[in-house]
Amino acid sequence: MRAFSYERATSPAQAAARAAEVPGAKFIAGGTNLLDLMKHEIETPLHLIDVRGTGLSDITATDEGGLRVGALVSNSALAADARVREHYGVLSRALVAGASGQLRNKATTGGNLLQRTRCAYFFDTAMPCNKRTPGAGCAAMGNGATTRQLGVIGTSDACMATHPSDMAVALRVLDARVETVTAEGETRSLPLDEFYTLPGGTPEVENTLAEGELITAVVLPAPVEGRHAYFKVRDRASYAFALVSVALIQTPDGAGRVALGGVAPRPWRREAADAALPQGAAAVMAKLLDGARPTDENAYKLTLAERTLAALLAEE
Amino acid sequence: MNPPNSAARYRDTVQSGAERSNVSLVVNGVKHPLDLDNRTTLLDALREHLQLTGTKKGCDHGQCGACTVLVNGERINACLSLAVMHEGDEIATIEGLGTVGQLDPMQQAFVDNDAFQCGYCTPGQICSANAVLQEIAANTPSHVTADLTAPVEITDAEIRERMSGNLCRCGAYANILKAIHQVAKERA
Repeated sequence: MRAFSYERATSPAQAAARAAEVPGAKFIAGGTNLLDLMKHEIETPLHLIDVRGTGLSDITATDEGGLRVGALVSNSALAADARVREHYGVLSRALVAGASGQLRNKATTGGNLLQRTRCAYFFDTAMPCNKRTPGAGCAAMGNGATTRQLGVIGTSDACMATHPSDMAVALRVLDARVETVTAEGETRSLPLDEFYTLPGGTPEVENTLAEGELITAVVLPAPVEGRHAYFKVRDRASYAFALVSVALIQTPDGAGRVALGGVAPRPWRREAADAALPQGAAAVMAKLLDGARPTDENAYKLTLAERTLAALLAEE
Repeated sequence: MNPPNSAARYRDTVQSGAERSNVSLVVNGVKHPLDLDNRTTLLDALREHLQLTGTKKGCDHGQCGACTVLVNGERINACLSLAVMHEGDEIATIEGLGTVGQLDPMQQAFVDNDAFQCGYCTPGQICSANAVLQEIAANTPSHVTADLTAPVEITDAEIRERMSGNLCRCGAYANILKAIHQVAKERA
């Protein structure tokens, strides 16, 4: 790990201003992903700004009938919140499908959104990676590379990594928004769809946050009543990243929303695919995965995604 | 001006002394003022600076759970947390749990049920197991909880799922499960 200086921020605006001001600064909260990446020297900040004292640890009701989740609320606390369990079941389910009990106690809502891909080539600093070192090339696209975990859609010639978060897949299906404060002290609110970017030719860019901009909250709109489900398929029964996951909200009339995890560089949802839900899983996936560019090794994800949704739809 | 991540920048950080911080850790009820390199994890602070070697270093990347400790009553991986971020926190390690003459009920249950072989993961397993029973008592949901709005029950599936962040290379899982059930029954 590289040496770094450390300070504790006292307010969100102060943290954002400092992050833009100090060269090589990064925010730290739970640290479960950042510290791991620092040990690998994939992340090499010169300065850490501890944001845990900025008062963003509450879940409060909004005037619109939804919930504002402070960026520092832990994954455990969010999953266990009575309002989330009752009205946003897909979010509780996604959270408890991720990581381990120890990590969920530490990981925060804001940090979960910003966690980096678990692509093995991103983690292996002996291999080229465009996300780690822009322009270096992509080892996952070389001969003999192992790609069964990697993305099938939304990928580019520069990068085929997936976004690892379960929570973000549920937030996408819930139409959640991200609230931030900029280095200039201005607040911003944007839908999750506009928060994450696709890799294109710049896979090192993963979101639309400006320099120093800090996530302050995630806002859930008023609940969508109906059936909430999250089905995660992985290589072992617990504590593994998704090969494919499906977040589903199904309203009593058979309509609803679907988002996928484990297949793309960001939570994957298309409104046109939602509209096909009454026609069944195959109709949804024909729209949702149109334009997929799988490898021989990960083409199974297309079939698996359809079968996972079909299994969910057959449950009730 | 040097680019942010140049070697000279890291050297400047070290030479200016900005890479170190003072922090007070409260471990098993005892306050320890420390002067640490900011890079020191909570795990290394416990083991290398306070000589509390009961907490083990397995993978050092949050994957094995051998370093599990309780911070303000919640279990975390001590390897994925900076010591400097625990100013004033109440940290509980295996050393604070019981003594040779008077074991903690979970320690006794691990002995009674032969719930370890080499013993390396055991301190983390025991800290985690106590936290699991607290989490179930507090009605926190898990991946295998069938109904999110009903009280959580203590079942094999619930315990196995909640203990999935603690690996045991000797494969003592079946007896770890029995030990945790034993304590749950004693408390019921």
